[in-house]
Amino acid sequence: MNWVASLVEPAYLFAAGLFVLSLHWLSDPKLARRGVRAGVLAMLVAVLATWARPEVSHHTDIARHLWVIIPILLAIWPGVWLANIPLTAVPQRTALSHAFGGLAAGLVGTAKYFYWFQDHPDQLTPFRMTAIVLEIILGYLTFTGSIIAAGKLQEVKWIPQRPWVYKGQNFVNLVAFGAAVVLGCLIIFMPDRSWSPWAYGAIVFLALNFGWMLVMPIGGADMPTVIAILNAYAGLAAVAMGFVLDNKLLITAGALDGSSGLILSIIMCKAMNRSFSNVLFGAFGQVQAKAAGGEQKAYKPDTPENAAAMMEQASLVVVVPGYGMAVAQAQHKVRELYDQLKKRGVTVKFAIHPVAGRMPGHMNVLLAESEIPYTDLIEMDDINPDMPQCDVCLVLGANDVVNPAARFDKTSPIFGMPIIDADRAKTIFAVKRSKNPGFAGIDNELYFLDKTFMLFGDAKAVVGELVKNLSSGSGMH
Amino acid sequence: MLACADLLTLPAAALLAAPELAEPPAAASSAGAQLDFVSMLFVFMLATFIGIGVIRRVSRLLHTPLMSLTNAISAIAVVGSIIVAGGEHYPLHIRLMGAVALFASMTNIISGFLITDRMLKMFKTEQGGKP
Repeated sequence: MNWVASLVEPAYLFAAGLFVLSLHWLSDPKLARRGVRAGVLAMLVAVLATWARPEVSHHTDIARHLWVIIPILLAIWPGVWLANIPLTAVPQRTALSHAFGGLAAGLVGTAKYFYWFQDHPDQLTPFRMTAIVLEIILGYLTFTGSIIAAGKLQEVKWIPQRPWVYKGQNFVNLVAFGAAVVLGCLIIFMPDRSWSPWAYGAIVFLALNFGWMLVMPIGGADMPTVIAILNAYAGLAAVAMGFVLDNKLLITAGALDGSSGLILSIIMCKAMNRSFSNVLFGAFGQVQAKAAGGEQKAYKPDTPENAAAMMEQASLVVVVPGYGMAVAQAQHKVRELYDQLKKRGVTVKFAIHPVAGRMPGHMNVLLAESEIPYTDLIEMDDINPDMPQCDVCLVLGANDVVNPAARFDKTSPIFGMPIIDADRAKTIFAVKRSKNPGFAGIDNELYFLDKTFMLFGDAKAVVGELVKNLSSGSGMH
Repeated sequence: MLACADLLTLPAAALLAAPELAEPPAAASSAGAQLDFVSMLFVFMLATFIGIGVIRRVSRLLHTPLMSLTNAISAIAVVGSIIVAGGEHYPLHIRLMGAVALFASMTNIISGFLITDRMLKMFKTEQGGKP
């Protein structure tokens, strides 16, 4: 069976190439599903090639193979279940899968270290130890950090939604991180002393704690960035595992994931005009306190009947969806509204802000689910020049991404953030759940313009009313 | 003419000398490990650049599917997990860690690819037709 073993490395090379192609095909929605197929094939090849490695396949004892077969079989049910959750829960699922990825990396690093420590201490070279330390720090902090992120997104009760901050928080976090780094340096050069496993355990403990402490102070509006950063960490943990196991396929695939997380987090940071360190250490919540105490201005409420009548007359309607649409599960009603308006010859476009929702691309997926053609989902930079021609702009559960204060109010926490120019439309209808300020706790100037009218209520109910008014009017046809 | 001949013999001399360079057996393993470490860094650097180049061109429409696809791809940790869970000489507690890691990465693989495909299926153009 020697020839099988000699095929392992070429198989890895083939898989690495396919992974690159898989991501390449995502550049075009028409080819994207081919990318998934390439990824599946690459993963299948990688798994089979690993199974064929001499140290795994050489024993004839079936019981040994069960150690591989049983976990794979056990993973089928949760895997399929997690793939069939409602699409509004996709951000949580993504965070949870980062947690799984981090856990796997941490456990493999730990298992390898203790095996080498007991049987082959000579294998624990400084290079390899550096990789192991990086792997476990990244792996375990991604694990707990992502669990907290998933909990916040799922809105479970025992994790506060609002940023959780206390005095000296950054100091405590830095001390924990610093201690892990110091212990890491010690263990890199002295991996085989009697106390080394204890130092190792302490690093694991610190990394586990550092993860949740890092994510607890971060509020829901910053979740897109946090998910992207955790994505990069999970990828880098896989890279470190590749260094530990001397496996270039792991390094390649991990680096692809890492660069994806990096690019997405840069896009998210730019879309909020904030820096990495500001997101991680700035705690959005702290700035809000002073912004909240302005004088109360009056909203102008309006009825869905009037809004429907205005939309019927319009030639261009732009819908700006936000997290409120996702929470209310309003995307299918939005599709009905889209159909009703289209039937009357009204052009309907959707203006998508990069950070709308709770993860990158969240709104696109929800609207695609309700079968709105993706050609009508327009990026912020492409729709903004058309906004002055827009007759009716419907702001649907979005808030900060249409707040004009970002343009001129230097004291606003969102100052400098690129926004969708909803205020340049001829008429604006804003759907809002309550009269309270939005997630970031900032008053939105847009709501007090002369041409802005408020539709208070749940996004799904309000859009449903709009549809009802439009379809009863269409009886005349 | 003379210089030309020198140039021709130079590579030959280098070739002859080469086996000697790798000769000392005691140092060979650590030097080899170091070289391998450098080549791994090469792979890491180049893969990162390729990744950045490829992912910059991913349509913004598809950033959510991109995330779930890279989730599935980074579950390549399955390779390490299989080696630890099914490898030769490992004691029980080590194997157990490998098995849990294998379960976690296999879950990511299955759910990651399935949900990516499920989402991508929904992206349609006006005609409703999939190309």
